[in-house]
Amino acid sequence: MSEHILLPEGSIEKQTTTLNMGPTHPATHGVFQNILELDGERILEATSTVGYIHRAFEKLAERRPLYQITPLTDRLNYCSSPINNMGWHITCERLLGVTIPKRVDYLRIIIMELARISDHLICNSIVGVDSGAYSGFLYLMQYRELIYEIYEEVCGSRLTTNIGRIGGFERNFTNTAFEKLEKFLKEYPAVLKEFEKLFVRNRIFMERTIGCGPINAERALSYGFTGPNLRAAGVDYDVRVHTPYSSYEDFEFTVPVGTTGDCYDRFLVREDEMWQSLSIIEQAYKKVQEFKGTEAEVFHADAPAYYLPEKKDVYTKMEALIYHFKIVMGETDIPVGEVYSAVEGANGELGYYLISDGGRTPYRLHFRRPCFIYYQAYPELVKNGMLSDAVITMSSLNLIAGELDA
Amino acid sequence: MLTNETVKQRLVEKFGEQLKDWQEPYGMLTFAAPKEMNLKVLQFLFDDEELYFKFLADLQAVHYPERIGEELAVVYHIHNLRDNLRIRFKVYTDIKTPDVFSATALFAGANWMERETYDFFGVNFVGHPNLIRVLNVDEMDYFPMRKEFPLEDQTRIDKDDEMFGRGGTMMGFGTGMGTHHDSIAEDNKVDKSKEI
Repeated sequence: MSEHILLPEGSIEKQTTTLNMGPTHPATHGVFQNILELDGERILEATSTVGYIHRAFEKLAERRPLYQITPLTDRLNYCSSPINNMGWHITCERLLGVTIPKRVDYLRIIIMELARISDHLICNSIVGVDSGAYSGFLYLMQYRELIYEIYEEVCGSRLTTNIGRIGGFERNFTNTAFEKLEKFLKEYPAVLKEFEKLFVRNRIFMERTIGCGPINAERALSYGFTGPNLRAAGVDYDVRVHTPYSSYEDFEFTVPVGTTGDCYDRFLVREDEMWQSLSIIEQAYKKVQEFKGTEAEVFHADAPAYYLPEKKDVYTKMEALIYHFKIVMGETDIPVGEVYSAVEGANGELGYYLISDGGRTPYRLHFRRPCFIYYQAYPELVKNGMLSDAVITMSSLNLIAGELDA
Repeated sequence: MLTNETVKQRLVEKFGEQLKDWQEPYGMLTFAAPKEMNLKVLQFLFDDEELYFKFLADLQAVHYPERIGEELAVVYHIHNLRDNLRIRFKVYTDIKTPDVFSATALFAGANWMERETYDFFGVNFVGHPNLIRVLNVDEMDYFPMRKEFPLEDQTRIDKDDEMFGRGGTMMGFGTGMGTHHDSIAEDNKVDKSKEI
């Protein structure tokens, strides 16, 4: 590679070093390979290679009924799998024309915003780790545990949640789930404040992140950036506001926007988004409480053709048994059509392009994975920077291998 | 505020009857153009101050084996962020000469999206700066998302697709039509009659 590198005019010829950063290096946050051409510690050229954990999700989806695709979406961005699940269910519901009750929408928003917090919490604390500050990571991690406990109460699993169903949730939220949610809402703000005290005005952290891996708005848009990485560059685009889904239009929140698109701005945008998410969860929780004791206190839509009936009904009611059989055997009617539906994933616009030919499985399903879009800009972001900046730029983009390779 | 009708009207004014298949599935304006015109249409959508479609949200392909002469569809999802309007634009290409102009000059993000589409469907994006496989291994000589490659072992006869999907209409997989030999790229097939 070295013979392709043009040295600055007038400089004496230097020997460059080719360094493989990854695919299995702790600083690469997953199975990514970056071939860096270095002059000392300065990066002259970078090439990114992906595909190490490619699992053919889109092909697998062509052989599965709609409800069996949910576990595939879990394994995209596994730091916030509930958002992926909900995005998939919202896409199916659009295709099938299922109307969702308000309470279900609000419960979904609680889960999605918890997932966003959990994702940003990991990303920002890892940015801290990569800049040499490990303690922030430890402070926040126990609150990710609490979020996972809430998931566990709702669906029984923690990381790859498979939470929700077409039409709503498999079961209602328990009282313990709400208690844990209350605990989280009560305790997390203080910890987040402490975390911010550690980083936001920290001289070392600022020196490490300001001006590091920047991208301007025009370039970010050209690359197809979305989510916090685009907003950090100064573009006020959020799917929750522009194309509201799951009743996001009922909530008041602001969309944090940065200016320079560097690592520091990306960090701050994610911090602010966590505060906004907390506010959204509080609003949603209040709205959910209003349903208590009313007829609208439901946890799934009235869509028996697509929503699996409860087991006790399957054993005792003929209708439920028929629907159960039809859903499991893939005999339910799926309309012919094509739909593109996007949600604001923790990382950016997570889109599902679903084509149905009326068969039991999708004719074609494509995931628009924001990480895949970001990572192609990575060589441009790290070029002319230092080697240590390449590490922190990667963590501040929040690159997740599962989403990249699908 | 920009609407589907306005976009359609402007496009018809500019390109006339060359654009076809106008639809609005689930509210998204969808249309198709001859594949030679893909860049002209994208450029017009990008440059026009009223239309302002400057954001390529997604790009991928779909394989329709039964559409003879236009087996592969390349689908662009383009977004006007100012007026918040999305449209879907398709071009169809023959699978034997799957050449489509690359949109990388217009959108930097089209680079890997086109590489992925080439990787899985074999669409040859003419003018792409680095059209090599991105997710699969370099040595692969076939395009796995095409419909002639069903997921499961095609030699199995114990499962019938009629019970698990599309009534056994797909090539291979329980239909008795396909063999494992069909999944090898045409160029690499060994002529059995010449073997000793």
